[in-house]
Amino acid sequence: MARVVVDVMLKPEILDPQGQAVQRALPRLGFDGIADVRQGKRFELELEGPVDDAALARIREAAETFLANTVIEDFTVRIEEDGK
Amino acid sequence: MSLDTVTNAEQTPDSAQPWAELGLKEDEYARIREILGRRPTGAELAMYSVMWSEHCSYKSSKVHLKQFGEKKPDSTAMLVGIGENAGVVDVGQGYAVTFKVESHNHPSYIEPYQGAATGIGGIVRDILAMGARPVAVMDPLRFGAADHPDTRRVLPGIVAGIGGYGNCLGLPNIGGEVVFDPCYQGNPLVNALCVGVMKHEDIHLAQASGAGNKVILYGARTGGDGIGGVSVLASETFDATGPAKRPAVQVGDPFQEKLLIECTLEIFAEKLVKGIQDLGGAGLSCATSELASAGSGGMRIELDTVPLRDNTLSPEEILMSESQERMCAIVEPDKVDRFLEICEKWDVIATVIGEVTDGERLEIFWHGELVVDVPPRTVAHEGPTYQRPYARPSWQDALQADAPTAERLARPAGGDALKADLLKVVGSPNQASKAWITDQYDRYVLGNTVLSSPEDSGMIRIDEETDLGVSVATDGNGRYTKLDPYTGAQLALAEAFRNVAAGGAKPLAVSDCLNFGSPEDPDVMWQFAEATRGLADACLELGTPVTGGNVSLYNQTGETAIHPTPVVAVLGVIDDVTRRTPIGFGEAGQLLYLLGDTADELGGSAWSQVVHDHLGGLPPKVDLERERLLGEILIAASRDGMIDAAHDLSDGGLAMALVESCLKGGNGARVVVPEGLDPFVFLFSESAGRAVVAVPRSEEVRFNDMCGARGLPVARIGVVDGETLDVQGQFTVSLAELRDAHTGVIEALLA
Amino acid sequence: MTTRVGVVTFPGSLDDRDAQRAVRLAGAEPVALWHRDKDLHQVDAVVLPGGFSYGDYLRCGAISRFSPVMDTVIEQAKLGMPVLGICNGFQVLCESHLLPGALTRNDSLHFICRDQKLRIENADTAWTRDYSAGQEIVVPLKNGEGRFVADEHVLDGLEAEGRVVARYATQGAAADGFGNPNGSYRDIAGITNAAGNVVGLMPHPEHAVEPLTGPTTEGLGFFTSVLKQLVNA
Repeated sequence: MARVVVDVMLKPEILDPQGQAVQRALPRLGFDGIADVRQGKRFELELEGPVDDAALARIREAAETFLANTVIEDFTVRIEEDGK
Repeated sequence: MSLDTVTNAEQTPDSAQPWAELGLKEDEYARIREILGRRPTGAELAMYSVMWSEHCSYKSSKVHLKQFGEKKPDSTAMLVGIGENAGVVDVGQGYAVTFKVESHNHPSYIEPYQGAATGIGGIVRDILAMGARPVAVMDPLRFGAADHPDTRRVLPGIVAGIGGYGNCLGLPNIGGEVVFDPCYQGNPLVNALCVGVMKHEDIHLAQASGAGNKVILYGARTGGDGIGGVSVLASETFDATGPAKRPAVQVGDPFQEKLLIECTLEIFAEKLVKGIQDLGGAGLSCATSELASAGSGGMRIELDTVPLRDNTLSPEEILMSESQERMCAIVEPDKVDRFLEICEKWDVIATVIGEVTDGERLEIFWHGELVVDVPPRTVAHEGPTYQRPYARPSWQDALQADAPTAERLARPAGGDALKADLLKVVGSPNQASKAWITDQYDRYVLGNTVLSSPEDSGMIRIDEETDLGVSVATDGNGRYTKLDPYTGAQLALAEAFRNVAAGGAKPLAVSDCLNFGSPEDPDVMWQFAEATRGLADACLELGTPVTGGNVSLYNQTGETAIHPTPVVAVLGVIDDVTRRTPIGFGEAGQLLYLLGDTADELGGSAWSQVVHDHLGGLPPKVDLERERLLGEILIAASRDGMIDAAHDLSDGGLAMALVESCLKGGNGARVVVPEGLDPFVFLFSESAGRAVVAVPRSEEVRFNDMCGARGLPVARIGVVDGETLDVQGQFTVSLAELRDAHTGVIEALLA
Repeated sequence: MTTRVGVVTFPGSLDDRDAQRAVRLAGAEPVALWHRDKDLHQVDAVVLPGGFSYGDYLRCGAISRFSPVMDTVIEQAKLGMPVLGICNGFQVLCESHLLPGALTRNDSLHFICRDQKLRIENADTAWTRDYSAGQEIVVPLKNGEGRFVADEHVLDGLEAEGRVVARYATQGAAADGFGNPNGSYRDIAGITNAAGNVVGLMPHPEHAVEPLTGPTTEGLGFFTSVLKQLVNA
């Protein structure tokens, strides 16, 4: 089975309170040198059929209309190669 | 892009400027040039355009809003009136209470979760800026038809946003409204109310005085959130083309806001602040110009010192940014260090961005270059005023003539038909239990919630030693107001007043959120003019001044405006919250009394909507003198322990009130239709000025004597008893059947 | 000498003053503790209150767990000091590994606020002595991430050692507060460590201490229990 990964991130200009809170906590735990943190979501979609252009187009549509809120979020779609 | 400085503007008077794109009219742009004696810089143009937008300047509404001041009743309770972030009312024992209701309609349609969330954030900062600790929130909400797909998109997000922000902020959500009507499809109304408490000496105002005092910006960093949001979101109607045109959205961070609250209250406690303003719509443009305009002198700001989340922002964008969770304070130089220390304690970023000057100008510099040089009053307080034309709509007479008489709308005849209609009304989305929504809000946090939804009002204890408390109710009925805007607005006030009194509190003051269609439509403008006139007249008569509020216009899709929807919030005080009156019938054997007169008034009623999908005729008549008397009786009966339950009669009439009180208290009722009254009218009429109360038998004589002596008509209609609602000679329905009909409705449609 | 019960305020704690009120009504002296301060100021017990510390960002309790005060709380808890974590405090205790398991998003995916019926399962902990095993009480519940999860092995261990302190009572009508509100495994509402001094509880007993503002006063027992435990110790 083929796997397609959709990563959803807040658009760069949109405030990411979660990322900010994590970034502020890191130095307190001794993890220095991290300039910025942004937190996102990762969806792993297992396809029944082949990953062809039509399937990818459908997934992009799903991402655009459902997985991501394109008012505030961007997304990327990529095919994950067999993990072996 | 080169920097448009004041010098540059003087040297290039003929440069074309995008005033129209920014929402300014040609004469407004000309007026700016006249004020400045040159063309504005880009930054100045941004400031004027946003501050002169309908949303910030109230240019269409202010000629009508003036009445709230002109007809202001004598009230010793009012400490701070209209014009500040929120009005302040004296509630005794040295306490002052501030409250305000505001709209966040358009942003909530575009991005329901964040729109509703930032609506809470904004109103909470308004209350905080007055010097008060915010203690509760409420949300009057209106959506399209409950079964419409867009309601399903919008409502869950809005409810989650209100909960997500308010719960995380730690403010109990104690009431509000949820109303469905197709007229709000594409234009949901998301109003938000906040109540805050302080001691009299803690009242703070938004003014910058004292040359040399520092201007401190603190809270979140400034990003590109909602740039142009105020103008674009509030001044134009949506285009139907969809997502591509969606503008930038502000994202709320309730955690940051919680820190801002605690940090600000600690700063207030140490008396470190001369003046303070929250940053909301129009961001720094608004805060700096309002602070300077209300102060004694000028102000100088070094805009490049503003901490940014996005380093590419231009000075215009920084001035326009609506990044949330920010405040601006005026602080004496020797107190700056301590101020910054407290901010550091709470992990709140704080920066001195300028100072108060002894000049008369607001001057804003960008890396040493002057980019704004304006008289602050012209930005903040001397915006344009429109006398919009208005006229009674041509369709108004026909609408009013279409009265729901027995000939026009078939009325239920006989017990079975009455019961069937009752169950329809009880299970209709507007009358059904809203628990699925309100259970997503924390009503317990802070530990002072005495009454909350589905009670008539929300009530908060403000002093644990003395049990002093305040209560708030919000009401509005777009259907009534559509039928008759003058009366409809008065009915909204009367109902909120009655709800507060039913809980046992004395109504003191009003805040209003006026939601209407486009002011450019003379029909809408007439509705607005009539509603404000009605509300101002009624406030005068009931002695409850309007302390502030908000106007939301352009709530329409294409040519179709929403029903005119003035939402009225009434604040009341109660000396001893342990005497509050709940709605639930808690004890079997208590006697049920109907207070007030019942007439055949079904225009705009829940029954006419649910059973016949009809809107026509006239709304119920208003008798404000009667409302005042009813209020006095309810308050006295609560104080003296004469009643154990009280429920105001409004949508769905007596029938709905009985059902809600039975279900809440877990007891049934046996009711007799009074002699000479039609059973249908008895159950479903929505005549105003009425309440149903439960009187312990031991108090019956005393209660009757009081009502008799004061001249309030009352009728003993039954007794709390059993596990059914039994309307004698008509029908009997079990509480289980009523509960089945009343619950699960909203989640079935929307979850 | 009055018993001193510390209540920690993290950034974003919300029910801290409510926990202080409950401590006071139980007859002890509430002491405000600040997350940045390692010093516990001679308190005899500690409450980690409800709220959304650090906005619940990353994971609930994950950032608070690393605050300076928690170093001392963890150290003292291991030495036997009574510690009660309510709601967000429970999440902090799990993130600190003072208690096993984790709290995840409610199965309804919604925040829920309701008056909840609980059954006290273990009346031998520092915080539940004033109840009897099997007693049913009603206290408010309000959480978005209150679903207790752990692997089967851990759950079996908790059961075998009697470390389930309270369960959501499910044998009755939803209108009366019965039911598992968030999908917690085995209806678990609260657990304790092996020694019985550290208790985590998802519902809010501190909001059921006054008839005026709570559904009952049946939450007060958690605070009077610890008082007795300390006085008798």
